[in-house]
Amino acid sequence: MDNDIAAVFLEEASELLESLEQGLLKLQADPNNMDLINAAFRDLHTIKGSGAMFGFTELAAFIHKFESAFEKIRSGQIKVSASLIRVALRAADEIKGFLAGDAAMSPVRQAILADLELAVSPDQDAAQPAGAPVSDDGWRLDFRLASDALALGARPEALLDELRGLGASNLVADLSRIPPLDRIEAQSCLLGWSMDLPASASEDDIRSVFMFHEGNMELNLVNLAAPAPEVPATPLPMADAPGAGPQPTPQSATMRVPAERLDELMDQVGELVIAEARLSALANSSKDPSIMAAAEDIQRLSARMRDTTMSIRMVPISSIIGRFRRLVHDLSEGLGKTVDFVVTGADTELDKTVIERLGDPLVHIIRNAIDHGLETDEARAAAGKPDRGTIELSAEHLGAEVVISVKDNGRGLDRNKLRARAIDQGLLTPDATPSEAELFALILEPGFSTAAKVTELSGRGVGMDVVKRTVEGLRGRIVISSEPGHGTTFTLRLPLTLSIIEGLLVDVGGDHYIIPMAAVQEIVELPACDTADDTASSFLQIRDSLVPFLRLRTLLDCAEERNTLQNVIVVSASSMRVGLVVDRILGTNQTVVKQMSRLHAGVKSISGATILGDGSVALVLEVGNLVELARTDLRKIEKAA
Amino acid sequence: MKTVLAVDDSPSIRQMVGLTLRGAGYNVIEAVDGRDALEKATTLKIDAVLTDQNMPNLDGLGFIRAFRAHPSSQGIPIIFLSTDSADALKQEARSVGALGWMVKPFSQAQLLGVIQKVLG
Repeated sequence: MDNDIAAVFLEEASELLESLEQGLLKLQADPNNMDLINAAFRDLHTIKGSGAMFGFTELAAFIHKFESAFEKIRSGQIKVSASLIRVALRAADEIKGFLAGDAAMSPVRQAILADLELAVSPDQDAAQPAGAPVSDDGWRLDFRLASDALALGARPEALLDELRGLGASNLVADLSRIPPLDRIEAQSCLLGWSMDLPASASEDDIRSVFMFHEGNMELNLVNLAAPAPEVPATPLPMADAPGAGPQPTPQSATMRVPAERLDELMDQVGELVIAEARLSALANSSKDPSIMAAAEDIQRLSARMRDTTMSIRMVPISSIIGRFRRLVHDLSEGLGKTVDFVVTGADTELDKTVIERLGDPLVHIIRNAIDHGLETDEARAAAGKPDRGTIELSAEHLGAEVVISVKDNGRGLDRNKLRARAIDQGLLTPDATPSEAELFALILEPGFSTAAKVTELSGRGVGMDVVKRTVEGLRGRIVISSEPGHGTTFTLRLPLTLSIIEGLLVDVGGDHYIIPMAAVQEIVELPACDTADDTASSFLQIRDSLVPFLRLRTLLDCAEERNTLQNVIVVSASSMRVGLVVDRILGTNQTVVKQMSRLHAGVKSISGATILGDGSVALVLEVGNLVELARTDLRKIEKAA
Repeated sequence: MKTVLAVDDSPSIRQMVGLTLRGAGYNVIEAVDGRDALEKATTLKIDAVLTDQNMPNLDGLGFIRAFRAHPSSQGIPIIFLSTDSADALKQEARSVGALGWMVKPFSQAQLLGVIQKVLG
């Protein structure tokens, strides 16, 4: 069968498995919930059904046993137990193995099935009866379809054609049940037929002609060679079809599209936006109102198209949370720590690629939090803390960023131990006085681990440095905060990695730069007295607060004469407001962000470049890093003072 | 061209049915569950229905029952797809208005055979 379809099946099956796994975990908490039981059953059933269709015969057989166990639960014979859930989860893992191409019925799998059967009672399925043998002397066939057969879409003429194909002869219609004309119902099937069939037709052949009707029709097939007549089929009791009213609620139809095609679409929309910018520039210089109107229309449409295209790529973070639930469950069982997993903001949307790449770092953070962060149940009790540990995962949109945090209520980071360890590792000089945040950030360095004993769970060679690398690769940042005895919070801040953004186009020293609009809070004028003084950073009073500002001219090393009237664009990131001083504001711009080459990877203040309508290039400022820069400056000032 | 409504919550089955039947010159409309199917069956012109049983929202039997209550269903064959070869379910399908059933798994050739049988 087509590979494409098989791929669709695999994708579908892994989604179903995910849903199954979630269902099982929820069942553990709510063992009598029939909806959950039915949903789990349906997931299993669909995987089995589709699996068998796509050649996963062993998988289907495996699930069949699994399903039988669930049937017992569904019918109420067996109650859901923790041991059942445990073995069911293992079975679900094996299904993954089957899907990955390992079709062998290994001893492990057999053991799981045995455990499953033990958790419920064994089941026996009757084997299918073998087909009947071919007879010698031909057949006599009488048949009459159910009277409603025509209404159900049966076509007696097609049946007769088929029988003729089998060599039917002496065909006679039985008119005996036709009522007087005034009582004839046009939709009723009133005729019966009888005929002879040759011995070359097997009983299976003949019966298969009636494959949809057998059991609901009168059929009398007599083997002329055999003395006794075949068992006639039972006449049919016809039930009325009461109209069960459907409850219409809208359901969104979905379709699957390969991710590369979306990337392609995104690229093309990007090109379209650039072309549109060129057109707008031309239209504006032409001063022709009709061309300007058309260009405006195209601008509006391309902006909408950009938004729609981007929204297609957005996936709620809940799509990866399922993995975490399983992880928390397994870890809490493995380590004997009672853990509650709380999720808020699961519907926060992020670009699909970002979500996919975030999965592993988050797994690592959660694993660490449970393994090292949370105390054992006994230690918690001794410390007088609530007896259940909690891992809280939350996600939200803040400005141009998505903030994801993982918070535990464990013992917190031990500053002294961290410090000693860092000095030990040569990451810190003995006389250094790092700030708390700097000290915590050290656990993200390669090779750093404070765990006295490396447990099986965390000591897998992947360090927190990988987490840091991945997050930074997504242009994000990690901040760690911790309170002794109360727990640790990992906060990941990621840009909404959009390749097209709404940007503010500014002029600094004759060059053009883009500031992502989502980060811009307000724009003020730089007072003349500050304009004169060219020290790198300073403060600005905006209403009641002091806002530090950075002079982009100094930062970007512009030699040119400065404008007498400069503007300050106030941006915010990581919950800090910073002003960026620019020479002129040129307007807003749909910006297609092109990545910088690897040679420019070290340039922290620039996140990319874009092509403007007139074909010139503008650099996109990395607001997050600029804010960090201001924060560092601020700290220096504080220290000096 | 005859139109078949394929009802299954499994995209892969729908795709397999769609490919097979379209390849043989049929038009195929897909529905993701009983509710979706009912809406399509009662508003679009169809010549036959293939429906799964286990589906969210409205299962196969529920869909057949509701569709048969609708006058436009007269003479439209409904084939009930089931992974279960138990007679009770088949009988129930028949009693609510299915013309017949097919037991999963089935091959593309079997599917085509059945559709040719009911539609010619």
